[in-house]
Amino acid sequence: MLLNETTQHINELLRGVTDPEIPVLSIMDMGIVREVSVDEKDVLVKITPTYSGCPAMDMIATEIRFTLDQAGYNTKVKLILSPAWTTDWINENGRKELEKYGIAAPLSESADKRALLGEKRMVTCTNCGSTDTKMVSQFGSTACKALFQCNDCFEPFDYFKCLK
Amino acid sequence: MLTMKDKIAQYVLLLGDNSMILGHRLSELCGHGPTLETDIALTNISLDLFGQVRNYFQYAAELMGEEKTEDDIAFLRYVHEYKNSLLVEQPNKDFAYTIGRQFFFDAFHQPLLEALTKSNDTQIAAIAVKSLKEVKYHLRFSSQWVKRLGGGTDISREKMQAAIDYLWPYSNEMMEVSPLEQEMLDFGIGADLEAVKAQFMVTMNEVLQEVNLTLPTVKWFQSGGKKGIHTEHMGFILSDLQYMQRAYPKMAW
Repeated sequence: MLLNETTQHINELLRGVTDPEIPVLSIMDMGIVREVSVDEKDVLVKITPTYSGCPAMDMIATEIRFTLDQAGYNTKVKLILSPAWTTDWINENGRKELEKYGIAAPLSESADKRALLGEKRMVTCTNCGSTDTKMVSQFGSTACKALFQCNDCFEPFDYFKCLK
Repeated sequence: MLTMKDKIAQYVLLLGDNSMILGHRLSELCGHGPTLETDIALTNISLDLFGQVRNYFQYAAELMGEEKTEDDIAFLRYVHEYKNSLLVEQPNKDFAYTIGRQFFFDAFHQPLLEALTKSNDTQIAAIAVKSLKEVKYHLRFSSQWVKRLGGGTDISREKMQAAIDYLWPYSNEMMEVSPLEQEMLDFGIGADLEAVKAQFMVTMNEVLQEVNLTLPTVKWFQSGGKKGIHTEHMGFILSDLQYMQRAYPKMAW
């Protein structure tokens, strides 16, 4: 295969690697994959971690290696810290998939701050669409999320915190 | 004769050790928090801190060479080789103590990281940029709890003040300038601890005054951690931390 085709093939394979916590969300939509370099069958994939302590990152690195090695490549994964990952790197498709899955997508930095300080009507309920929601806790089931509850349908849901 | 590389490695360990020992103390609360929400919050903070520790120790391992890994650094040093400050060794005791310890550390940690984002060492700067995003949430959390406890009931207030009185003598050491840190500052690699201390005091005054909590007048501040001289708690902490690696060398999940 030509280099372009190879890179395309690899990108397709990487598209299939999902966040272990959110099986509908591809790491490509999260903006975790920064660079792919190819030399014949040798592949180097550079990824940036989301939260410093995110335990899913080791799993994601393993998944990448496994997926690409299965396809006949010889894969190395490198974690690069700079530039630091921000929630800005989650693309539109990623945000849609998050909402569909029941996790409210991150607001802008200033809006996020106000939402987490308890200001009303900031975050939309992923179940019924109401903006009459309240923050239950700044810390949720994982380091990246906060816990909200809807005052209309009473369902709890996670909110992906803005990281900038 | 220590090379520059050795000294940077020592500095990185100093940065990582605070986060590791504090992260460990917070992990002791897993399943034991006063409420579900605070249990999750404190263990999330612990997780953030351990993520930072991994970044620091991976870098230190690279600098030290000799096939050292982040696990060797975390689990196989002797007590005097850990350079964390004494504050983070203090036990969880009760929620007010846990919050007091967290508040003092966060108020130091945030300006420290802000300074380190400008470090001449690109890896330290990169770690600092990443960590700072998370530590902002930590300081917000601990400040809010200090205010809630201080401005709450008579009992919460009494306990918060007692925790502050007990922990305050441990709060200065983090900002004491050791010879290594002076050298790092001179080379533009380390943080200016005097500037960090100034910001720390601003936060102290802002938060405590809002709920009429006071700082005790102290004639002498506890010190020694940065020299590897630790409190009686460190032995117990290390036996928890090191037992598995020492009993089953090179173990992995």
